[in-house]
Amino acid sequence: MSTQTPVQTDSDAGRGIAPTAPRPSAARGQGRPAAAFLTPFVVLYLLFIIGPALYGLVLSFTDASLVKPGLNGGAGFGNYAEALGSSDFWSSLWHTLWFTILTTPPLVILGFLLALLANRVARGRWFFRLAFFAPYILPSAVVALIWMWLYTPALGLLDTTLAKVGMTAPSWLGDAAWAMPSLAITTVWWTLGFNFILYLAGLQEIPRDLYEAAAMDGAGPWQQIRSITIPMLGRTTTLVAVLQVIASLKVFDQMYLMTSGGPNFATRSILQLVYDEGFTNYRVGYAAAVSMLFFLVVLAVSAVWFTLVRRQEKVV
Amino acid sequence: MANTTLDAGVTMERINQREKLFNRICAGVLIAFALLWLIPLLWAVDTAIKPNAETTRTTWLIDNPTLDAFTRTLRDTDMWSWYGASFIISSLAALGTVLVASMAAFALSRMRFRYKNVVFWAILAGIMIPGQVLIVPWFREFDALRLLNTYWAVILPQLPAAIAVFIFKQFFDGLPRDLEEAARMDGASFFRVYRRIVLPLARPAVAAVAIFTFVTTWNDLLWPLLVLSNPDLMTVPVGLATVQGAFGIRYADTMASAILGAIPLVAVFLLFQRQIVQGIAGSGLKG
Repeated sequence: MSTQTPVQTDSDAGRGIAPTAPRPSAARGQGRPAAAFLTPFVVLYLLFIIGPALYGLVLSFTDASLVKPGLNGGAGFGNYAEALGSSDFWSSLWHTLWFTILTTPPLVILGFLLALLANRVARGRWFFRLAFFAPYILPSAVVALIWMWLYTPALGLLDTTLAKVGMTAPSWLGDAAWAMPSLAITTVWWTLGFNFILYLAGLQEIPRDLYEAAAMDGAGPWQQIRSITIPMLGRTTTLVAVLQVIASLKVFDQMYLMTSGGPNFATRSILQLVYDEGFTNYRVGYAAAVSMLFFLVVLAVSAVWFTLVRRQEKVV
Repeated sequence: MANTTLDAGVTMERINQREKLFNRICAGVLIAFALLWLIPLLWAVDTAIKPNAETTRTTWLIDNPTLDAFTRTLRDTDMWSWYGASFIISSLAALGTVLVASMAAFALSRMRFRYKNVVFWAILAGIMIPGQVLIVPWFREFDALRLLNTYWAVILPQLPAAIAVFIFKQFFDGLPRDLEEAARMDGASFFRVYRRIVLPLARPAVAAVAIFTFVTTWNDLLWPLLVLSNPDLMTVPVGLATVQGAFGIRYADTMASAILGAIPLVAVFLLFQRQIVQGIAGSGLKG
């Protein structure tokens, strides 16, 4: 995107008044219209992203409370020390990671496999898109209502279906060991369509003649997938995996709606800890510190992504 | 020579047959998964059209389907008010985001000014900051601005979406410039070029950003839950979250409320399926 402009600039400058571009005369005066076009976004950006981010950083070093105005005195690194020494913080961080571990592999692999299958089927693609993608567009509250009904002990569709084939269902959301996998199943159902679409788009960009050439050389479908499709989709996979990890780390709705972080806090995510400490216990300073620690985790994931993409771009 | 052509023909035939069989297996597996994915939705509809007393009979067939659960839910909850709030908030968020992001992107794509790269990277860095980590300072900020329990508290933080600027800039960079350069020669202002030439050409990007902002704002739960405690202002997800326990064992009513909550977005999906799919495919937006 930046390769075109410098070339044009040079030729414009060389020719003086270029017939195709009014730039030389306007160049000096573009600061003012640029400012006018940028101001609405930049003001909102400073007010609602950068400002709050810095304010949150300040709050994390104070004893600020929700029910008292002002900063309520400095706390130094007290909030951070407390968080890092608190079992609540580590357990909710672990729950968040556990949820990420349970959701990311199936969402990436299933998204890839189903897109691969859909790409081979010529007819009825709209139907598959509808089936896999429709859940993604639903509000989390709707998804939660539907799945809580499916998980209802003894009466829900899952329990009655399993009973018909002679199996006893676990207490899906009520059992501390099963609650997180149950939330993960719901999440896979809910968000798979997003990865499905990304992979389908990636698949359609692979030139057809690659497959035709491979088929002429006698490569079967399986060989074609292994030696053409998977390597060609490397960048898509990086993108899907990182977006998925970040989205899973930010989990809140499913737990809040379906288990309230229970049973016995077994599914409380890091964002719910922020919610509980900040808005139920009114400990704004401490909640801000936990937010900052969470932000560091997300930043680390993004940094890993950048390195991966850089490396892939060098190779390709 | 004739022999080798024949051989090649036979091999191709075999490959084609193998391919056909393989494709058929693919289709079978895919259809099985698609049906599996549709079951929860179909079961929700099936439950909602049963009388409450019969929802625990786990049969798909219904002797006496009824829409009572829907009329009851519309009567007993504030569904219409939730629709209204969600619609106003999401529309304004979509409109505002498109406007401020496309203007900023236009400046970054078409104008030359000092510190342009600094501005661009400073905006791009915003993609890294998830809104979820800002809820604590936001709450204090909107409290200080006296905007808690207003639609503005939900709309304003949505507007400066760095990802939207990035999408618009990429799109603008790819547009041909002959037309606007001719217009500039004729003395058209930057605003006129933006309004009359670039924005109409960028309709796919406008549609993608608008639809995505609309859907993510509509579905947002955490932040609206914190700032909209007044029942008259609640959005659909917040409203559903607050009444979800109230239905008890009236499963038909519960499913009816879920379906009513889903209908507007299902409509958006059916109307804009192509733009949504292309939007995701082109940029990898995720909330």
